[in-house]
Amino acid sequence: MTFLQHIFCTTIGRKFLMAVTGIVLIGFVVAHLVGNLQVFESPDRLNGYAHFLSSLGPVLWIERAGLLLCTVIHIWAAVVLTLESRRARGEQHDRTWIQATLASRYMRSTGFVVLAFIVYHLAQFTLGAAQAATYKENLPRYTMAGDYHVLGLTAVREGTVVPDVYSMVILGFQNTAVAVFYIVAVGLLALHLLHGAESLFQTLGWRNRRWSRGLRAVVTIACAAYFIGNLAIPGAVIAGILNPLPAAAASLRK
Amino acid sequence: MAQLDSRIPPGPLADKWRNHLASMRLVNPANKRKYEVIVVGAGLAGASAAATLAELGYRVKSFVFHDSPRRAHSIAAQGGINAAKNFQNDGDSVHRLFYDTVKGGDYRSREANVQQLAEVSVNIIDQCVALGVPFAREYGGLLANRSFGGAQVSRTFYARGQTGQQLLLGAYSSLSRMIGSGGVQLFTQSEMLDLVVVDGHAKGIIVRDLVTGAITRHAADAVILATGGYGNVFNLSTYARGSNATAIWRAYRRGACFANPCYTQIHPTCIPVTGDYQSKLTLMSESLRNDGRIWVPKKAEDRRKAPGSIPEADRDYYLERMYPAFGNLCPRDIASRAAKRVCDEGRGVGESGLGVYLDFAEAIGRLGENAVRERYGNLFDIYHEITNENAYHVPMRIFPAVHYTMGGLWVDYNLMSNVPGLFVLGEANFSDHGANRLGASALMQGLADGYFVIPNTIGDYLAGQKPSARPSTDSAEFRQAEDNVRGITSRLLGIKGREPVSHFHKRLGHILWQYCGMARNKAGLEKALQEIPALREEFWSNVLVPGSGDTLNQSLERAGRVADFLELGELLCRDALVREESCGGHFREEHEYPDGEGKRDDVNMAHVAAWEFQGDGKVPLRNVEPLAYEFVKMSVRNYK
Amino acid sequence: MKNISVTLRVWRQAGPGQPGRFVDYPARDLNPAMSFLEMLDVVNDELTLKGEEPIAFAHDCREGICGTCSLVINGKPHGPRQGVASCQTYVRSFEDGQVITVEPYRLRPFPVVKDLVTDRSAFDKIQQAGGFITVRAGSAPNANAIPVPKDDAELAMDAAQCIGCGACAAACKNASAMLFVAARVSHLGLMPQGQAERDRRVLAMVQTADGLGFGSCTNQYECSAACPKLISHDFIARLNRDFIKASFKAAFRSEPNRVVGD
Repeated sequence: MTFLQHIFCTTIGRKFLMAVTGIVLIGFVVAHLVGNLQVFESPDRLNGYAHFLSSLGPVLWIERAGLLLCTVIHIWAAVVLTLESRRARGEQHDRTWIQATLASRYMRSTGFVVLAFIVYHLAQFTLGAAQAATYKENLPRYTMAGDYHVLGLTAVREGTVVPDVYSMVILGFQNTAVAVFYIVAVGLLALHLLHGAESLFQTLGWRNRRWSRGLRAVVTIACAAYFIGNLAIPGAVIAGILNPLPAAAASLRK
Repeated sequence: MAQLDSRIPPGPLADKWRNHLASMRLVNPANKRKYEVIVVGAGLAGASAAATLAELGYRVKSFVFHDSPRRAHSIAAQGGINAAKNFQNDGDSVHRLFYDTVKGGDYRSREANVQQLAEVSVNIIDQCVALGVPFAREYGGLLANRSFGGAQVSRTFYARGQTGQQLLLGAYSSLSRMIGSGGVQLFTQSEMLDLVVVDGHAKGIIVRDLVTGAITRHAADAVILATGGYGNVFNLSTYARGSNATAIWRAYRRGACFANPCYTQIHPTCIPVTGDYQSKLTLMSESLRNDGRIWVPKKAEDRRKAPGSIPEADRDYYLERMYPAFGNLCPRDIASRAAKRVCDEGRGVGESGLGVYLDFAEAIGRLGENAVRERYGNLFDIYHEITNENAYHVPMRIFPAVHYTMGGLWVDYNLMSNVPGLFVLGEANFSDHGANRLGASALMQGLADGYFVIPNTIGDYLAGQKPSARPSTDSAEFRQAEDNVRGITSRLLGIKGREPVSHFHKRLGHILWQYCGMARNKAGLEKALQEIPALREEFWSNVLVPGSGDTLNQSLERAGRVADFLELGELLCRDALVREESCGGHFREEHEYPDGEGKRDDVNMAHVAAWEFQGDGKVPLRNVEPLAYEFVKMSVRNYK
Repeated sequence: MKNISVTLRVWRQAGPGQPGRFVDYPARDLNPAMSFLEMLDVVNDELTLKGEEPIAFAHDCREGICGTCSLVINGKPHGPRQGVASCQTYVRSFEDGQVITVEPYRLRPFPVVKDLVTDRSAFDKIQQAGGFITVRAGSAPNANAIPVPKDDAELAMDAAQCIGCGACAAACKNASAMLFVAARVSHLGLMPQGQAERDRRVLAMVQTADGLGFGSCTNQYECSAACPKLISHDFIARLNRDFIKASFKAAFRSEPNRVVGD
């Protein structure tokens, strides 16, 4: 067997792929959250950040391609492993769980919801296919009130006219159904990560009894923090703490 | 009259095995693949023999009645394995191990075989360590040893309380490797039901596939039986439920002599029987006797009282009373008999009255509960698991149980029976333990036979057989043997009587335990010799074996085994009756010293009794192989 | 404790691939000190006397070490207690009047042979693929030539305790054999004697297990909870690490120059 066969054609190899792609995807969702939390600072920050990202050009596309590849591999491996495992299993009349965690038992369901969520999320905020009226391209442009810095360097200059992502996000979440779906979805994503993030240590062979309780505690806290962070944005919108910029709000009333 | 030539090599004791190795005939390496060897059983002896013979280049067929070779009952051995390594620098040597084993066997084993065993014991540990057996280690990384009964040196290697398991898995891994590489062909769930003898030589077996019921013939150049002991003849024992004597018994019926069947070992510390449904007795390590005190109430009427409510003055610490020097640590047979005696007096405790207390209250008072827990925690846990009683607070109840059989098919120095080409290894043969086996010696013998003795000695036999000259399985002998097997099977299924097989097994067990157990006497044995044939007759007219012979039929399997036990049980009693002495595990009440120790008769009884089948309904012939002790002086065991 | 009566709901199946069904059998007046298997013995004798075929079930040593017994009792392999085999399960773990479901392991690599008996030869095949150290009898070096750190030997022993009963795979919703494979790979991998074949072993055993149709591990640890020897799933982490390492090493190792013999 070649290396690729070991990795792609064995159960442990595929689990390894799920773990590695899982790490990348966890890295992405965490970074994404941290970026989005700039919404609480000022419209300037979030809009500058969004403009900076979209101005990356090829780098952005490489990143997107990488994420897509990881997602595809992650899902492919999950599907193949699940089908194989189903084949391996016979019908059992009476099944009791002994110690499997709740999160681990619903990985498939939470995975599906997260996938549906990602599709909608991209349609809403990246492609403008859903809730087109509040899509950034359909809102009045925003003029940067100050410089936006990345790693101490100026990334977007004061006065640059950029899409108003800030208002798009807030207007999008003013639709309660969307906000609730979003909250439920990130809740399930946090649950998915609760098993996934801990499990990847086992798959990569880095877990043992000595510190498994510590690992579980750290992962639980991180997942809770992730959920709260994600809850904060639609929560603040529904609570009226975050409001769209007047220009954007006005353009929608027309 | 069977020819019993022990083939003991000449020369000084210490050189016998080496000289023999140098003088045996050899099979050319290129010719080895032309020979086929059948190995029945895959315990320590069978698995190690099958793997090693395949390594040498012989084509091996391995038959086991279990679903995997790893299930053999060697797996249950707890304590350890002896070897004369002298890693402790405490004066051990091959000669000392030899001497301890001969003495432990109460001078009823064959000197030369024991010497061979002691000599190869050294290689066994090397082999097992190289196979990855996780023996207990000291902090420095070297092998740890513990001491065991019957020796004054620490020569026992162990892997927690699961030494047998680890050694068996080591042998099983070698066997697996040879199966994987094609050197061994494995037949699981295949029970040998007859031996095929062609022109006086063992040349094949008849096997029933326990799942499909198919009966098949297998020819070979030599047949090795490594099928374990026959302790389940007693029904209740520490053996696995499936352990049976069928392979050796059917070989006996084909002419192999059965040596010393009456030598059975009874272990004093087992968990007592709780009811008629009982299927199995569980051993508790006898190390418990180091700190536990054994007692029963002085008055029979106290036996149902809670032990804690019986005052010290009303307790009888009978071992301490009868054997003040050794007390609770006296040898297995003595402790067992004493327990039987007090129970016979009506002072036994527990539901059935067949139990004595093993009390740790004094040790807990002296050392504290934690120290006792450290030493025996796992045993207390096992006890709790089975009895639901907390032995830290109430005394354990223990009772002796059948544990090992020293007797078995007669073999010579090469481990070949009196039927040429039929080799017998491990507990299935009689050779090394005399009338009593020392702790941690069973594992040693199994592996010695399989790894180091048979690979050498089988060549000596095969070199005299033409390569690729196995008889055809179409020959008359094979046909006759197969017909015999089919006949037994259909007869068992056809009786359609009124009692299940278990009923007869239990009754046979009761008779043997009563009359041929820990203590035997003439009257009892004669009674047993009347009751067993009657029971056998009843079995063959009234047993109910449901189902058919064409599928997995556990009742049929057991019926065949119990049918053999019903014959073997009789031979056991017959042997015990003729052996007019007490030695090791065989205790005749007529032959004891006033202090209760067994009295050997070295003038008239220093021999092996090898019974030869003469046909159904006929009294078997008792052949005698004198035991000539050239190097050891027989003496009286004394434990006062 | 008083005697109890229960109803056994037992899976009956005449042979491999045949349809099976649950049949209820009363088991009356049971001594709580009786083992679960002894209860089946008694029920079987009653069935025999009634002219019915007794329930086939696998068993042998009845002291929890041979690994033959393999009942799924009320949905859990080996029954309600942790750290014991079916044969060490006692009637006292159940309540008077309880209905107890007894079925065989249900996974494709362990097909049902009859009633409660399954064919677990797949485990033997995994062992044959690499669960050994290649040592010819007679070629071993002196036993104390290589010291083994006590902690390694103890950890190896933890893994080596596996009795090969298959409860791990039966408890796993994916019918994964990982705990079984991990126990063997870890035991031999922890011993210095096992190093030469370490990579070969782990690759071969995992591939064989996959090929036999066992599922994958989703790190839910039902296996270690059902294991009668409570073998830790830590060994699965070790197995994963060994497998990945061996895969990388196999990919980057330079090929030896094979000289054809002279």
